Order: sequence, then C-alpha cells, then structure tokens
Amino acid sequence: MTDAALPLQPGAESAERPQTQSTLARVAQYTGLRMVALVFTVLIGVYLTILIANMGGYVDEIRVGYIRESVAIAAALDPELKDMSAEERLAHVDKLVALQEKRMGLNQPFLLRSLRFLWGAMILDLGWADNMSSDSGSRQVRNIILERLPATILLFSTSFFLSFFVNLFSALYLSRNYGSLIDRVIVALAPTSAAPSWFYGLFLILLFAALLGWFPFGGLVSAPPPDTLIGYALSVLNHMVLPVTATFVSSIFLGIYGSRTFFLIFSNEDYVDMARAKGLPDRVIERRYILRPTMPTIVTGLALQLIGLWFGSIVLETIFNWPGLGRLFYLAANIFETSVIVGSTVLYAYLLGFTVFFLDFAYALLDPRVKVGGNPGGQA
Amino acid sequence: MTAIRRTLSALSQYPSAIAGLAIITAMVLFSIYTVIAIPYSEAVDLWRGGEGVWLENPRTAMPKWVNLFPGVNQPETIILGPAGETEVDSVRKTREIVSEEMTDVITTFTFDFTADEFPQEISLFLTSEHEQKRPLVSLTWLTPDGREIRIADVTVEGPVTVRFSQEDKLERRLDGVRPEIGLFADPASNEDDPRPLKGTYQLVAAGLVFEDDADVDARLVVYGQVYGLAGTDHLRRDLLLALMWGMPVALAFGLMAAVGTSVSTFIVAAIGAHFGGFIDAVIQRITEVNLILPVLPILIMVGLFYSRSIWVMLSVLIVLSIFSGGIKTSRAVFLQVKESPYFEAARAYGAGNFRIIFLYLIPRLIPTLVPGFVVAIPSFVFVEATLAVLNLGDPLLPTWGKVLSDARVNDALYQGNYYWVLEPAALLLISGLGFAMVGFALDRVFNPRLRDL
Repeated sequence: MTDAALPLQPGAESAERPQTQSTLARVAQYTGLRMVALVFTVLIGVYLTILIANMGGYVDEIRVGYIRESVAIAAALDPELKDMSAEERLAHVDKLVALQEKRMGLNQPFLLRSLRFLWGAMILDLGWADNMSSDSGSRQVRNIILERLPATILLFSTSFFLSFFVNLFSALYLSRNYGSLIDRVIVALAPTSAAPSWFYGLFLILLFAALLGWFPFGGLVSAPPPDTLIGYALSVLNHMVLPVTATFVSSIFLGIYGSRTFFLIFSNEDYVDMARAKGLPDRVIERRYILRPTMPTIVTGLALQLIGLWFGSIVLETIFNWPGLGRLFYLAANIFETSVIVGSTVLYAYLLGFTVFFLDFAYALLDPRVKVGGNPGGQA
Repeated sequence: MTAIRRTLSALSQYPSAIAGLAIITAMVLFSIYTVIAIPYSEAVDLWRGGEGVWLENPRTAMPKWVNLFPGVNQPETIILGPAGETEVDSVRKTREIVSEEMTDVITTFTFDFTADEFPQEISLFLTSEHEQKRPLVSLTWLTPDGREIRIADVTVEGPVTVRFSQEDKLERRLDGVRPEIGLFADPASNEDDPRPLKGTYQLVAAGLVFEDDADVDARLVVYGQVYGLAGTDHLRRDLLLALMWGMPVALAFGLMAAVGTSVSTFIVAAIGAHFGGFIDAVIQRITEVNLILPVLPILIMVGLFYSRSIWVMLSVLIVLSIFSGGIKTSRAVFLQVKESPYFEAARAYGAGNFRIIFLYLIPRLIPTLVPGFVVAIPSFVFVEATLAVLNLGDPLLPTWGKVLSDARVNDALYQGNYYWVLEPAALLLISGLGFAMVGFALDRVFNPRLRDL
C-alpha cells in the first residue's frame, strides 16, 4: 500500500530503510499498548458481569441451599448413617455442608471470592453445569460454550464479510452514480435498518420456509446429517441462507447509505478536484484520494456493526434454531444455568475485545497518523 | 418557535418526512385514544384474565377481514342465548307441564350457517335453578336436510359446560368423525374431504325439571374460525387489545429511552469537553470499557435475576448507554465549539461552569442531537420487542413484542397462523419506518454537508 507514494520521493529511498523499521516498531508499540488496555477493559467488563450475575450473593445462597439439600438427601439414603440419632445426623450433615462450601470456596469473603471467580471466568474455568451438557456429553461449562462457538463464528463472519464487501463496492458505485435511480432507491431504503435482523428473519421464514418451502425453518444441518463431507457442507450452506440474508438485509441499506454519503463528502475535497484536473483515472482517484482517508472511519463503522451483530445473534440464533452461542445463552437463561450464562457473557466480552483489537490493528495499518506516531515532521 | 417553523418548512420538502410525520401523528393520537378507551388497569386485567374472561372467543382465530379475500369464507362465532337476552326468533324457550312433578323447559336455538369451512368447536353453557332434584337436559341437533342427531343427556348441577368435541359417544355415533365436523358435514360430500352443509341448523335443549320453580338456561357458542379485527391467540385473547396497547407502550419506551440516553450522553460529553484533562480522560476510558460491555446479555441477566418490569429494563438500558459511542461524536463537535469567540466571551465575563455547559455548549448542539435522537427511537422500540421475544417482556403489559413471542413459542409460522406474526410485525415496521424517515430528513436539514446529497 505504501509503495504507491514512493515514486514521488525518489531521493528519499536511501533513508527509507530505518524509517520503515521505526514505523513497524511504532505500529507494534501502538497495538501492544492497545492490547494491554483492552485486556483491562475486558477484565472490568467481566467483573461487572459477575457482580450482576451474582446479584449481591443471592446466587451463592441458592447454591448453599442446593448443597444442603443434596447432602441431606444423600445422608438420609446412606445405610451407614441409619443408626445415628437425629442430632448426630444433623451434626454430620452440617459438617459435610461446611466441607462442600469450603471446597467451592463459598466460605470466603465476597471480594476474595469474586476475584477468584473473575480469574476462573477469564480462563473460562467455570466448573460444571448443573442441568446442561454439551453435545459430546461433557458437563464442563468450558466445553459446552466452546462447542457452540464455531457455529456462531461461521454464521456471523459470513454475514459480516458479505455485508462489508457489498457495502464497500456498492457505496463506491453509488458515489460515482450519485443521483441515479438506484442511488435514490438505496437512500429511500436506508430507514429499513431500524429493524433488527431477527425481525427480517421472521419474514424470511414466513416467505421462504412456510409459504414457498425453498429453505428449512432453522437448524444447522438437516436431520439425519448427510454422510459425505460435501453433502454436509451443502446442507449447512442451505441452512445458512436465511439467517445470513436476514443479517444482511437488516444492515446493508443503512451501511451503504452511510459509506456513500461519506465518500461523496470526501470526493468534494479540493485535492480530489486537483487530482481530477491532473487527469488521473477514476479508479486511481478512488483508491488513492478517496478510499485512503475514509478507510479508518469506514472500518470503524463496520466494526461497530459487527459488535451489533454479536448481540443480535442471541435472538437471531433463537429464531433460526442455530446451535450457536446466542441460542446457548437463551437456553441457559431459561433454566437459570448461571455458570453457562456468565461463561457466555465472558465469551461475548472476549469476542468484542477481539473485534475492537482487530479494529485498532487495521487502524494502525490504515491510518497514516498512527504510522508517523503523531510526529508532524513525518507528514512531508 | 421560529426555529421550529423553519425546520418544519424545510422538512416539508422531503416527501418521506411528511409520510413519517403523518405516521407519528397518527400513532400519538391512537395511543391517546387507547389509553382513554381502555385504562391501564383494565388492559392488564383483560390481558392477564386468562380463559375465564375470553371464554366465548375461538382459539387462534384469524381476523375477520380474511373473509374479504376472494374465495375465503370462514365461519364467524355464533353466540346464542340465554333466552330473553338475544333475539326472540333465534332462541325460543317454552315451558310445558308434563305431569304434577315434571315440567319440560325446552330451549330451541336456530341459526344459519353459510361458511365454507367448519367451525372450530361447539359448546353449550347450562345453568339451572333448583332446590334438590337436578334437572335433566337432553340435546338434539337438527340439520337443514332434516336429520336428527342426539347429542347427549346431561344432569345440570350448577353451571355445566357441554363441549361437543369431548362427547365420545357422539363421536362414535358420527362414525368417528369429530363432532364439529360431523354435525355440519354435507352427507353428499366426499368423506375424506367433507364440506359443510349450508342452511338453518337447530339445537334443541329439552330440559326436564322436577320442581315447580326450577328452571334451566342455556347459552350456545359455535366457535368460528375468525374473530374481530385482529384475531385471537392460543389463550382465546383478543389480539386487538395487545396491538392497541402496544402502541402507547412502544412510544413511551422508545421516547423515554431515546431522551434518557441521548441527553445523558450529551451532558457527559459536554462536561468532558469543557473540563478537559483528567475528567475527560476518565470519561474516555469509561467509554472504551462500555463499548466492550455486552449490553444485551446484561439486560437479559437483569431480567432473569432481578425484575422483568419494563421500567427497570428501561433504566438499566439508559444507564448502560450513558457512556456509549455517541460520546465521541458529541465530544468532537464540542471541542470545535469551544474555540468559538462567543465561548471565549462568556468566559471573559466570568460565567460559571454550569452556565457555560448548559447555556452555551448544549443549546448550540441541539440541532445535531435531534436527528440521532429521532433515529434512536425505533431502535429502542425494537429492543423492547427483542426482550419480549426472549421471554423477558413485561409480565403485566400487553406489547407487540409479547404477541410476537407468543406466536413464536406456539409455532405460529409452522402451523400457518401468519396473521399472528404479521400484525405486530407490521405495526413495529410502520412505527419504526415513521421515526426513521423523519430522522433521516432531519439529519439532512440540520447537517448542511448532507443537504445536497
């Protein structure tokens, strides 16, 4: 990307090498700093989540009650304890309960416990789920959650890249053909993005699944799953069409409208007129004079859109029965499976953190101000 | 005032803005009408009343206007009796003394059936007045072609409901055909695809009472397949109630959330821009943390663990949105304004911080606030619907989201009850579009760089 600017400064070539390295170092330093900041933000976010999820110790009380009940039942059924008197048995149960509480760390003060829980949450070590298990049969929360991650990432990365590229190229096309019929249609359609993706999902299910029967109502693959790999992939693709379309429709018109307007504003700048006057071809003007300065903002907008997608996933996956993280969250929420709820929220925080980190990284690559480290001497 | 007039005249140049304004005005007027016509407590009572309140409505019935489509002729619900309350012709009640101890109380229901589809259910609600000896009622069905079908014999003790579909003997007598089909089927039509026989039907409820003062009253309900303007749900509730009340709830939720979030964001951004330094840095950091906070999962957790009340959700939503991304945009504009000469002048005459923020910074930026605010309203309306679809709707209030949620849980799309999904969805879409169209036009009016684009 930088080589486009090089021929303009043939004399600077000898001094270029150390300059590039320090640019690299600056980019690395910038992203490193951002990474540390992001880890802290994720920590704070997860801690807040734990505070809310634990609702001031209420969940612990539920857990203590659960322990007491299960221990009491076990003691009542234990033939060895049959001969004990009622008081002895009560003392025995109390002892067992205390042991269990100590094992789960419930006897520690809340602050200490929450910090321990925070560490557990950060490495997704959230213990065992009471009423849920993964498809492979594991009851470990980490397995349950991580098993669902690929489905979610598959669905939303597809939607994201589809809207990203369609958005970019249609916006460029529209800014070139500003005022044409298709331009006005897209502008008129922009308000439709007020509705979330699941809302369009309902309509798509109604039209293409219920009335026309072209696509399945939901799910990941048909039942029973096809034996061959190609058959499996095709089945997944077939199931993906409607949810991806729903996400795409709900975001695309507003996205194109925003990018197009942005491109138009920048194509009215004086230096673009200058480039036109020089007789540069349209493609070069677009790439070098319009896309370059607008790219960071466009990427920010799209990353924010991706963040919106993660949250939209909870309802979208529920509507489409897509076995991803969002649907897991919904199921866990319906049966109060706290550990899975907290775990999914932590994973969402991580996903958001990664999104923002990649955004920063893209920023560092795209935005010349980061490269030159804010040094005014660099802007020759 | 002149500013508002100027804005309106600028808006009137955009047809979409006029359409949007018309939608919003209609929504506001309709909401006011709804709140006056069906007071809050009454709406909650009706919606939560369960089957007792809606006993005489059919289940998951389509709205009546489906009959306007060509080729559709679905039966409406027919409710007759008790004698004396409805027309004399359709319900006739006679008393005949049979012997010293026995009196016949005969109620005859007469009605026309002209639909192309069968009714959903038939029920007879019987009540009696007696001292000791319970009256005996025998029911006979008379079809237009003169057939006579015995339904059942019932002893009436207190209120008794005879559900024809649950009379096993009757079903056996009809060769295993469900009573609501067998009683109306045309004997000449194909057995596998029976058609109803159109004409005048009669139900005779012949009651035998054994006391002088004793009496039997009956009320016949032939549940149709269509009901009212909006149809009914799986609990026989009239959807019109939820669709009507959903409007003020959606407006109130959207408006309050939009006002709450944009005003608070704005004030925080103004404070940060004005004081700068440490305060500004702290606000910036909090904004970055807030960007990563998973808002919807947190809202869901609050709904699960604390309260599902729509107002609690609203407050949490506003609190979580104070430090949202909007701060960065507002802050950038504030920093620009800070350099203006009039701002310096204010400082020079010794204006306090409060005065500068609220009288100099914020008023200058209200035009940039308004479009974003209007565009935000529908997104919050959809947040409410989203929560409802996740079973976290307000437990008391009927809202559009709850209707959608009920429809989804009861597989409305799978079973072909499309009206159940389409009605609330259409209302959500129309209201969302109304606000969004006005917001987009406002954006162009207030944002000179966009005016020609």
